[in-house]
Amino acid sequence: MTSIIGPASFKFFGIFPAAILSFILPIIGIGLFTYIMARRIAPLIRANPDNRFDQIGKRVKNLVVVWLGQIRQPRYMLAGVLHIFIFAGFLILSIRSTSLVIIGVSDGFVLPGFGGLLGAIYNFIKDYAATFVLIACIIAAVRRGIYKPKRYAVPEKYGKDHTGEAVFVLGIISTLMISESLFEASQIAFDLQHAGQEHFLAPLSLVWIFKGMLASAPQNILQGLHIFSYFVHDITFFFFLCFLPLGKHFHVITSVFNVFFMRVKKGNIKPVMHGITEDKLDDLESFGVKKLEDFTWKHMLDFYSCADCGRCSDQCPANAVGRPLSPRFITIKARDLMFKNYPLSGEIYKSKLLVEDIYTEDEIWSCTTCGACEEECPLGIEYIDKMVDLRRGMVDEGLVPQSLQKPLKALEKRGNPYGKMEKKRAEWATDKEFSALCQVKDLDGEKADTLYFVDSITSYDDNIQEIARRTSLILKKAGVDFGILGKLEKDSGNEVLRFGEEMLYQDLKAQNTEAILESGVKQIVTADPHAYNALKNDYNNLPPVKHISQVVAEKIATGELDLKPCQNPDKVYVYHDPCYLGRHNGIYEEPRKVLDAIDGLTRVELEKSRDRSFCCGGGGLMLFYEPEEETRMGVLRVNMAAEAGATVIVTACPFCLVNIQDAIKVAGKEGEMEALDFTELIEQHLA
Amino acid sequence: MEILVCVKRVPDTAENEFELNSAGNDLDRDDLVYSVNEWDNYAVEEAIQIVDKVGGNVTVITVGDDESEEVLRREMAMGANNGILLSDDAFEGSDGRGIAGILAAEVKKGSYDLILTGAQADEGAGQIGGMLAAMLEIPYASLVNKIQVGDGSIIVGREIEGGNQEMNEIGLPCVLSIQTGINEPRYVGIRGIRKVASVDIPVKAASDLGIDVNTVGEAGAKTKRVDYFVPDTGEGAEMLEGSTDEIIEKLIEKLKAKGGL
Repeated sequence: MTSIIGPASFKFFGIFPAAILSFILPIIGIGLFTYIMARRIAPLIRANPDNRFDQIGKRVKNLVVVWLGQIRQPRYMLAGVLHIFIFAGFLILSIRSTSLVIIGVSDGFVLPGFGGLLGAIYNFIKDYAATFVLIACIIAAVRRGIYKPKRYAVPEKYGKDHTGEAVFVLGIISTLMISESLFEASQIAFDLQHAGQEHFLAPLSLVWIFKGMLASAPQNILQGLHIFSYFVHDITFFFFLCFLPLGKHFHVITSVFNVFFMRVKKGNIKPVMHGITEDKLDDLESFGVKKLEDFTWKHMLDFYSCADCGRCSDQCPANAVGRPLSPRFITIKARDLMFKNYPLSGEIYKSKLLVEDIYTEDEIWSCTTCGACEEECPLGIEYIDKMVDLRRGMVDEGLVPQSLQKPLKALEKRGNPYGKMEKKRAEWATDKEFSALCQVKDLDGEKADTLYFVDSITSYDDNIQEIARRTSLILKKAGVDFGILGKLEKDSGNEVLRFGEEMLYQDLKAQNTEAILESGVKQIVTADPHAYNALKNDYNNLPPVKHISQVVAEKIATGELDLKPCQNPDKVYVYHDPCYLGRHNGIYEEPRKVLDAIDGLTRVELEKSRDRSFCCGGGGLMLFYEPEEETRMGVLRVNMAAEAGATVIVTACPFCLVNIQDAIKVAGKEGEMEALDFTELIEQHLA
Repeated sequence: MEILVCVKRVPDTAENEFELNSAGNDLDRDDLVYSVNEWDNYAVEEAIQIVDKVGGNVTVITVGDDESEEVLRREMAMGANNGILLSDDAFEGSDGRGIAGILAAEVKKGSYDLILTGAQADEGAGQIGGMLAAMLEIPYASLVNKIQVGDGSIIVGREIEGGNQEMNEIGLPCVLSIQTGINEPRYVGIRGIRKVASVDIPVKAASDLGIDVNTVGEAGAKTKRVDYFVPDTGEGAEMLEGSTDEIIEKLIEKLKAKGGL
């Protein structure tokens, strides 16, 4: 024997050509994989349409940053870095694996272009890649199998633990890495013994170590190991390929598509049905998601793509307070149902009403639509649109809790969830002390450049009306010519839309849009992030909308507003990011800049801030909903602020103020902690 | 089972601030919003649930003007199959007995196994169900909070003073007045109402029902409202005034002073 015999020329027992096996294995593997994929795609074909071929530029960017760049992974440092190693290793080794399959029928096959220097460089890199992947797999397996981080736990009501599958797959990947390296090392050791050829190998790589170990092994052992490791790799490779679509490792295949098709616009809600314009909504037979097939194909792809990493639920405030909602299991339960209703062989089952089959009504109402889950998901899986679609389905079926029916009916009759009279919407402006300082124009008759959109809670809630007055005083001081719509203003409907009452939202939107356009204003300002979000992201064809914090930041920059030194320099302030200002609209810096413009104000940061801000309990209709929960989100938030050393929580949202004020009382922190709206703090410091 | 549910359009207590009119004999109704009487809504939901189980039809009926059609549509959006509007200028000013008589005239033209009313409506008299049953000479159970449908008869539950529960077997046809809490009425959105917007609702006048106009309306009313007012604050009662916070503070002070806290 002058050189080792490759799998393409090797004969088992001296007669049976191994090439036959390495020819048949890929055929069986690819054939089976194609069949499984065809069955997996079946539900997506029956799904509702989804428009995901727009904004290709942004989608390509997501592909580069979120998929290839794995930008969201290091948000969980250890797991993220391990994943980056394994992911990069997979990409690098995919080339090697492909050529290995062909080596089985053609000895010494080299992919075109990989013969010379490029091949040498590639080999060097892939040897390290395999090594790092193996190390990452071992650490990951120890982490999952022994340390068992809490976020992977599966509560009993959601089914069985998934650790077994996770560790099994890590074992498969390790087997691939070891067999690939052994295949190469056995050949190099053989060549070295026989011809004294010294190959350059990446030092300390797996191949390098194996070569060292095999340096003096008998030639027949090396030959046997060479063939054995080849087929171990080949069989494992095709087994893994067919195993992927059967569980949480489907993401290895689907992630690239899922990230490409992920949400590119923030703060908005999908239309009831893609391709159906608002004026055609009445023609639809049914609204929202009632059965599995009512989801869009992208939402089904989301279900397939979940890697079960648990980051969504780890960030979910509803999950944190013990509400019956864990976003991770919204996905996992739907995937299990897809696997069950669309089995790999046999008949496709008819699906039932989802809120009776796999979800509960309370589960779906528990979401505050804060968006923490979506912000976190490394795979771009969406939740808000699914929640809204499921709620649309429930509303259409009449499945709305009594606690929400009252405010919804009041919104229908009076345009606000409290059922207060329309004519009292501007009563906050008639306060004696305030009206002596500031006369607010009513744009039903008068004219102004800017509309101050007050929205329901700020108009009607005794305590929150203060935000309206402070906002007006700030606008006046900043020289903004503004007015309000008064009784013509209706609730912005941000939550009406998000709670699935589409037609009521359409109605409110139409009334507001008409009133706003009629008023002839050139811009809109609001102090309510929920209204800001609705007007900016849900409404169409309105003048530009700004949040009061943006206006103040601008006016300070231009010198039109000036702030006094801090009046309570002993206090420690912390800014809480409202979900609909921060996460949904990216306004993180302006409020902070304004706070920092107050001389002598001590400001600390919450650990969970900016895009990881923790929802204080939700706004709009969520204030009326009576959830099952162990504690309040606001209480957790107040405790976080206390941990950060703050004594004043500044927020820029009326709902945050209500929730946090209540939570301070519930947490028993009255006297040591206070909540303050951004407008109140600023108005106190107007120079 | 053929079920008839009598409903009424009333000023919505949740969405209104009630004030007396200048004449002082009624509410100021200019700025009011109306909806279906809450008890009636539970009755319709119950009827729909019964029909879902055993089959049949739910018909909703009301005595009122053109605007009352809106509450019939809302109940039809919930799932009632038919609506009937009994409307005639001659009906205006009817007392309870008059309304029951008008309803009875229409009931006799149909063939209903079960007739439901709300336990009471905005005026709190709670008299229609009983009168209707008497006029039709069929059994009646009031304040019903449970219904079990059997063969030829039904079992109805009534909550008794002190929280006790009574169960009665009652023969069909019968009239039941329904208490709130018997079920959780489903939500009706704008979309649901629009879906039934073009369904035909027959309107029947006194002549269609064969009613002598002198027996109904103001002319036939044996009870007449002679006054309507907000009672004077009596001895021992005190109205706290101010903003919500101030009222709460005063209340706490008072409770503390009297040893209640």
